[in-house]
Amino acid sequence: MDNDIFQGYKGEALELLKKYKVRVWGAVSAETTRGSFEGTVLPRSENDDDKHIVIKIITGYNIGIDTRTILSMKETGYKKANYKIPEKDFPYTKGLPKVKLFGTGGTIASRLDYRTGAVIPAFSPGELYGAVPELADICNLETEKIFAVFSENMGPKQYLALAKAIGKEIKKGVDGIVIGHGTDTLHHTGAALTFMCQNLPIPIILVGSQRSSDRPSSDAALNLMHAMKAAGQSDMAEVQVCMFGPTSDEYGLLHKGTRVRKMHSSYRSTFRTIGDTPLARINREEIIPIKKNYNKRRNDKNVNILPYFSDKVTMLYYYPGMAPDTIDALVDSGYKGIIFVGTGLGHVNKELYPAIERAHEKGIHMFMTLQTIWGYVHMFVYDTGRDMMAKGIIPAGNMLPEVAWVKLSWVLGQTDDPEEVKKLMLTPVNDEITLREPYNGYLVYQGGVPEVDEFIKDVHK
Amino acid sequence: MSFNSKSNYEISKKKVGYVPRIDATQETYDALGFMSGLEVHQQLLTSEKLFCHCPAGIFHEHDDYNAELIRHMRPTLSELGEYDGTALMEFKTRKEIVYRINNENACTYEIDDTPPFPINVDALEKALEISLLSKLNIVGEVHITRKQYLDGSIPAGFQRTAILGVEGELELPSKKIRLIQLSIEEDSCREISDVGHVRVYKTDRLGMPLIETVTYPDFKNPDEVKDGCDYIRFLNRSTGNVRTGMGAGRQDVNVSCRGGSRVEIKGVAHTKWIPELTHNEVFRQWALLQIRDMLSANLNNIKGWKVSSVGVKDILSILPELEEKETIIAINLPGFKGALSYFTQPGQMFADEISTRLKVIACIEKPNMAHSEEFESILSEKHWKLVQTRLKASKEDSQIIIWANEDDISTAIETVEERCKLALTGVPNETRKSFEDGTTIFERVLPGADRMYPDTDSAPIPLDDNYLNNLNKNLPTDVIDNYKILKEWGVNEEVYTYIFSKNLFPIITKIVDKIGVNPKYVCAFFGHEVKFAVGHYQGPEQFNFERIFKLFKYLKSKGITFELAEKMLPELIMHPQMDFESILTSMNFKKYSKKEILSKLPLLNEKFSEGKEIISNIKRKNWVMGKLRNIAIGNIELTDLSKEV
Ligand SMILES: [Zn+2]
Repeated sequence: MDNDIFQGYKGEALELLKKYKVRVWGAVSAETTRGSFEGTVLPRSENDDDKHIVIKIITGYNIGIDTRTILSMKETGYKKANYKIPEKDFPYTKGLPKVKLFGTGGTIASRLDYRTGAVIPAFSPGELYGAVPELADICNLETEKIFAVFSENMGPKQYLALAKAIGKEIKKGVDGIVIGHGTDTLHHTGAALTFMCQNLPIPIILVGSQRSSDRPSSDAALNLMHAMKAAGQSDMAEVQVCMFGPTSDEYGLLHKGTRVRKMHSSYRSTFRTIGDTPLARINREEIIPIKKNYNKRRNDKNVNILPYFSDKVTMLYYYPGMAPDTIDALVDSGYKGIIFVGTGLGHVNKELYPAIERAHEKGIHMFMTLQTIWGYVHMFVYDTGRDMMAKGIIPAGNMLPEVAWVKLSWVLGQTDDPEEVKKLMLTPVNDEITLREPYNGYLVYQGGVPEVDEFIKDVHK
Repeated sequence: MSFNSKSNYEISKKKVGYVPRIDATQETYDALGFMSGLEVHQQLLTSEKLFCHCPAGIFHEHDDYNAELIRHMRPTLSELGEYDGTALMEFKTRKEIVYRINNENACTYEIDDTPPFPINVDALEKALEISLLSKLNIVGEVHITRKQYLDGSIPAGFQRTAILGVEGELELPSKKIRLIQLSIEEDSCREISDVGHVRVYKTDRLGMPLIETVTYPDFKNPDEVKDGCDYIRFLNRSTGNVRTGMGAGRQDVNVSCRGGSRVEIKGVAHTKWIPELTHNEVFRQWALLQIRDMLSANLNNIKGWKVSSVGVKDILSILPELEEKETIIAINLPGFKGALSYFTQPGQMFADEISTRLKVIACIEKPNMAHSEEFESILSEKHWKLVQTRLKASKEDSQIIIWANEDDISTAIETVEERCKLALTGVPNETRKSFEDGTTIFERVLPGADRMYPDTDSAPIPLDDNYLNNLNKNLPTDVIDNYKILKEWGVNEEVYTYIFSKNLFPIITKIVDKIGVNPKYVCAFFGHEVKFAVGHYQGPEQFNFERIFKLFKYLKSKGITFELAEKMLPELIMHPQMDFESILTSMNFKKYSKKEILSKLPLLNEKFSEGKEIISNIKRKNWVMGKLRNIAIGNIELTDLSKEV
């Protein structure tokens, strides 16, 4: 009961609210040693201290009142906030593709409750139509909430559930699937679904937003429009991540789920295809392919769902001086697979060798990937590399570390046989290892170089 | 056209009762129900911006930028569906906002690609000092709030802002003004251009710390608003915590008349423009109310009133002004005869309200319309007849022709209809852009108070009693108290503004207290001589008034009279590094004792009298004083010398 009436308040603040019979959402008039304050009492964030009461004053701002200054308080009214989103029917338009949106918990679209400041996710077709009416010109939309977790809590369980839901939906008949997702682990999910959903007849588009849609400059609406368009109209039947190209509101990029990576903690244009070019550019008018070869959309429903995942795979980010007991500890804890993230061309120091040998003897599957992110593992160049291969570490080509972790988990969910594991790991499902790196596959521009600065000035970032 | 729009304009102007400001009295404003309040913005003097570590106060030219990026501002859902129709209309026309970024003064925070850093503590402290001085109730905890802006002036689409105090009070010489609140906030972008569908901003000023002092609408006439504004600025400056110079202080002025609405005149750079702007605005609102009454009387069906429109390109594209236009539409406004040419402000009529909205909301550059009540129309009478026939217009209607690209036409028609419908209810809430001549034009629809929400990226900042008590100890005295002291000293009122606007009171009291100079003399010296010199001589940097204190101290120690100070001012300003000794040398100043100077008197008197039969004493005195002036200044007070002569 207290939780509801005094949301988030504790200690001194809670005692005061009780003493003066003032509730959250109550209109309050407080006399303090700093003068009087009037407003509506708001819920308090659980992690904030117990020395302040938050009110929204008439001009719309929030302020905190120091409990130690309060002389008296009086509740002069009460009005509980209403969290409901007004819904409008998502219009059905004959001839437009049918797109299914899966919700996973990340908020792509939302509505702001100004009274409380709460962000309410918009998810049903009606809510989404209210938030982004342009969607109705792109597709006929159905939505389904599969689960509700934050991006960082997405994991094996969710990958499996999504893969199965995708299989079911394709059997039912749909022109494309969009998955709304938090951005932090969007690329992990992209890789997992690529391995688990093979021979796709339709596009599967993962989309999120770097700026929540309660802000006018959010990338959410445009990302959502791009994603719906790609799902409904593109002929690229692959698992793709659809996010901003530049940080400007100009166009989106469609990245392969196996080659994409989040490269900046907060930029809108954070997702980049690594070691290759993206699949396509997309804007509200058209989809412009960049890659010529891709899996084409088909009319059949013959998707191959392979929902396997072992939770006994770990990653080891190497640092100079790393001690062998780190590997021993992992082996002792029962891990069956280790993805090494090595330096340079794929190296770790010699002191680790005995531990690597011990792990190999125990049947641990070990693969090498790179801290450099770009480039290929190449273990033949130095003796140390050859030593390591002899001790059981297999180079994983230009597979991204996170992708290698996802893939080994998926592989070990199916087999334990070392030869089979190696074969599955090194046989690309969809370009997680590519045979060649094109010259425009590695681009990390350096600011301050005149021609780079010129480019940045001329082209919208 | 038998209807004479010129005489309609003049008659309506009379009906409104418009008088130039010089002829207006308190009775004039009382009759209109003049009401006004202020939102005074003042940049704080800090080295860094408010929520990132970019330097504050480094500005660059329009074309000096390192990168550009584009955003579109999208109304959030509550505005979309529920009430803010104009925001939606504007969004439909898709304004492209371009931001120019210079690496020297903007980082990824400004363009909303990096979350905020913790608030600039120096800025917060400076703002709190001003809040205390404004006698506000200081909050116990500062909550950073987001305030939405859809015009693109802030790339995030919202401004980070926080209330520091509420319910304060400002004492003016004539009355007390109540303050609603004081907030600290980040400054917005500066607009470079706004043409058609593209608005360009630069981001140098963006994110600089700013305070906003908001008053209740307690001002009852235009001059009072200006005085109040000056006082708030004086108070801000008295702390030494704020920036000065062009653009460092700006105010939004809220005005309404009885029965009118709150209209916000935005970004007034000089307080001296306030009286004319508020004067004209209160009459404009009065005129709009009269238009409403006239239309209410003329129209049968106010609720169901709507425009009709029809394409007229085939009729009008022969006109040279219109031959290139993609689409030309005629709109009929039923029962609006006499409304379009109704007086609203000097040089403007009601039709101008529509034209400016077409520019802002439908993104159609001016000239964007012609109408049937223009003084001079590009359409001949014959053309108007054809248009009216096609619209099946009646004699009581008026017509508007608009031209634009096909894509913008539907928004344009909606915009015309919306503005006309607003005319049926009175004065629309809006923000208006000001001009130096005291007139204004529509800028934006006034957003409601419902555009604030907590900034989830920032933690609340507690302000405990100890901290505030310490700040309280270092506050300067109140401006009103200083004002009273100046009065006591008998200082002439005309120099007060200069003294307070340059925050000279502390230096003046220092000179008076420590050197013992006559206060009235010091004030006049600053108010006239220093003001003149600073205005006429250019130094390598902003003049540091502290030098005047040192100057007086030096003169006193050397036994030189203060009259020499005026002569030294130009050098002092132009060469701030030069010591006083050298300045005197460069002026060829020589030290003479009183005796030495007086010893020249007999000879001079003799010289003047030579060959003259009648000697006018006044003429002699003037002549002798003229001869002695140069060597006397600094060595003997001229009044003393005059007596001796
Ligand atoms: Zn910055």
